[in-house]
Amino acid sequence: MAQPATDIRLHAKPERVYYFGTCVIDLFYPGAGLAGMELLRREGIKVVFPPDQGCCGQPARNSGYMDEARAVALRQMEAFPNDWPIVVPSGSCAGMMKTHYPDLFKGRPDYERAVAFSARVHELTAFLVNVLHITLEDKGPPVTVTWHGSCHSMREMGVVDEPKSLLRQLANVTLVENPREKECCGFGGTFSVRQPEISAAMVGDKIQALEETGAARVVSGDCGCLMNIGGALEKAGKSMRPQHIAEFLLERGHGR
Amino acid sequence: MGAEPQAAAGNDFTARAPKALNDPTLRANFRRAMDGLMSKRAAQFADTPAWEALRARGAAAKARVLARLPELLVELEENCRANGIEVHWAESIPEANAIVLEILRAAGARTVIKGKSMVSEEMELNHHLAAHGIQAVESDLGEYIIQLAGEAPSHIVMPCIHKNKAEIAQLFAERIPGLGYTEDVDALTAAARAELRGRFAAADAGISGVNFAVAETGTLVLVENEGNGRLSTTLPPLHIALMGIEKLVETLEDLPPLLALLPRSATGQHITTYVNMITHPRRPGELDGPEKVHLVLLDSGRSRVFGDDQLRDTLRCIRCGACMNHCPVYSRVGGHTYKFVYPGPIGKILTPQLEGLDCAGDQPHASTLCNACVEVCPVKIPIADILVRLREESVRPGHSGAVKGGGARRSWLETLSWRGWMLIYSRPWMGRLAAWGMTRFGNLLPERLPLLKAWTSVRAKPRFAAKSLHELAREQGYCDE
Repeated sequence: MAQPATDIRLHAKPERVYYFGTCVIDLFYPGAGLAGMELLRREGIKVVFPPDQGCCGQPARNSGYMDEARAVALRQMEAFPNDWPIVVPSGSCAGMMKTHYPDLFKGRPDYERAVAFSARVHELTAFLVNVLHITLEDKGPPVTVTWHGSCHSMREMGVVDEPKSLLRQLANVTLVENPREKECCGFGGTFSVRQPEISAAMVGDKIQALEETGAARVVSGDCGCLMNIGGALEKAGKSMRPQHIAEFLLERGHGR
Repeated sequence: MGAEPQAAAGNDFTARAPKALNDPTLRANFRRAMDGLMSKRAAQFADTPAWEALRARGAAAKARVLARLPELLVELEENCRANGIEVHWAESIPEANAIVLEILRAAGARTVIKGKSMVSEEMELNHHLAAHGIQAVESDLGEYIIQLAGEAPSHIVMPCIHKNKAEIAQLFAERIPGLGYTEDVDALTAAARAELRGRFAAADAGISGVNFAVAETGTLVLVENEGNGRLSTTLPPLHIALMGIEKLVETLEDLPPLLALLPRSATGQHITTYVNMITHPRRPGELDGPEKVHLVLLDSGRSRVFGDDQLRDTLRCIRCGACMNHCPVYSRVGGHTYKFVYPGPIGKILTPQLEGLDCAGDQPHASTLCNACVEVCPVKIPIADILVRLREESVRPGHSGAVKGGGARRSWLETLSWRGWMLIYSRPWMGRLAAWGMTRFGNLLPERLPLLKAWTSVRAKPRFAAKSLHELAREQGYCDE
């Protein structure tokens, strides 16, 4: 795999960024998507949401439908034409665009373009911490939360500590880490419906580990995981609430 | 997703899984064992830069082998022969079994003592020998236990990891004469040891696997903890070593990083109790060692794997089992659910390549692509990317021919679904229309729809938002440059 260009130029705060909302957020969690944009805007950055964006293409790629994935990936590359950073409120979609776009176009005319595109992709929390050096204010009431790191955020994007460092900035928030933080929640996109029994066992163990922390909320940077974990918590009648980190951070800033 | 491919032999992983998932003892046995193995391994590789440097050396050593495998195999053969080790090539499993049987018959051997060998599991060698009147006894404690139980290994390093102490105590009480029920580990080990000692002494031949074969020197390297490997390969007058054609290293200098990686990754041990290096049979004047040593090199589909630039990386595997120890799927369903010899992530990429996608094409789908295996692989096998490649091969029309049974899982329904998905997400107006429709009417979809039914078995139905992010972003002015 080609090494994406380095992001050294981005250590300075950019004036504008693109925002890739992801298809899951688009349809199910638009509040999380808006919260991410608002966090960026509050830092004095112009946020542009290109209306022609759609899905990163990961579902088809992970199912082995490469032509279909490529067609959709190409459309995304076209939708973000300027050389601005692309901020993604999902480690999984960011991982697809950052690590798999170059693979997808290897040996094809759009390869160089895919490499250049992938170098511009940032996961939201890593961007807030490493590029914007954001300082957060906590106006909310005391609350205990636990963190769920998504597999692709941790292992494809290398984003492990950044989101937790954001949570630790909040004075009234107690972060209780769960010992199974690095274990997959069992979502895996189509895995959840192709292997429903195994997925059910995994998410069952996951919500048990989360509950044992005694936290009132589980915060994550990936809405796929949240849909899985949150759905399982709801079905089991648990009181723990799932929330995307962008929404949570914004809420704390507003004192809600 | 079509009904027809799943009906093929072996393609029933999903159907087998619930049996393991609903067995609380089995689930607990695996959970406990895998948790222990993961923490032991983590303790060995606490120094991240040192780990990265070491695995880079290990991966490079195996990559160099695969860059020139055919010539290295010839070099190994020449050097083994020069050392007095007879070398045999087996293209298929029946051929390998026939070779072993012939060697044993020629020596008049009736009893065999076996060290641990996954290649012999591939060959189902014990059954084959038994059918020809030769009794093979497993001497690795784990293998001995499952042989007593009449079971297959559930893990490539710890074959009886699916059993707990009480289950083994019960088995020994039933099968070892004179031993009552005891959960005392020392007593159980001593009983097995007493049984096996006589077998070592009486065996006409010893059969072992090979962890690494050094092409430069014609040396067979065998790591183990119980001394049974050393006894199996030195006590009987005849030693037959079985290895897959990929288990080579170029030179002796490649061994230190790999010997440092293998036990740490496998069992969290710094080094195994025994590291055996076998270079030749007993020489005149030497007091021990077998009089004859044979090496059987098994292909059985490996050269087809070797033929593809991407899939080739599968053959880097040093069989440490770290991928299965860290796999959230393996730790839930255990090894027997995979049904084939190699379970877990490495099995999910190796089995479909050796057996064909028509026989085991469902295995690459038994993964969330969480990458936990990739993170711990000591030779950096890109397991997740190979899983995706195999998924692609299994549905691709007019497939590349790289894998047996390519295209076997193609179904019109799934192809049509992804075509529709592609249209929606590659034409923005269609995407907007679809999102508008889903946000307005999606929540009316009944739970009994096939995919939703699977989802809602343990989860609430996902709720579509009233307006999509596209709509909200436009309303709030985010779409203007």
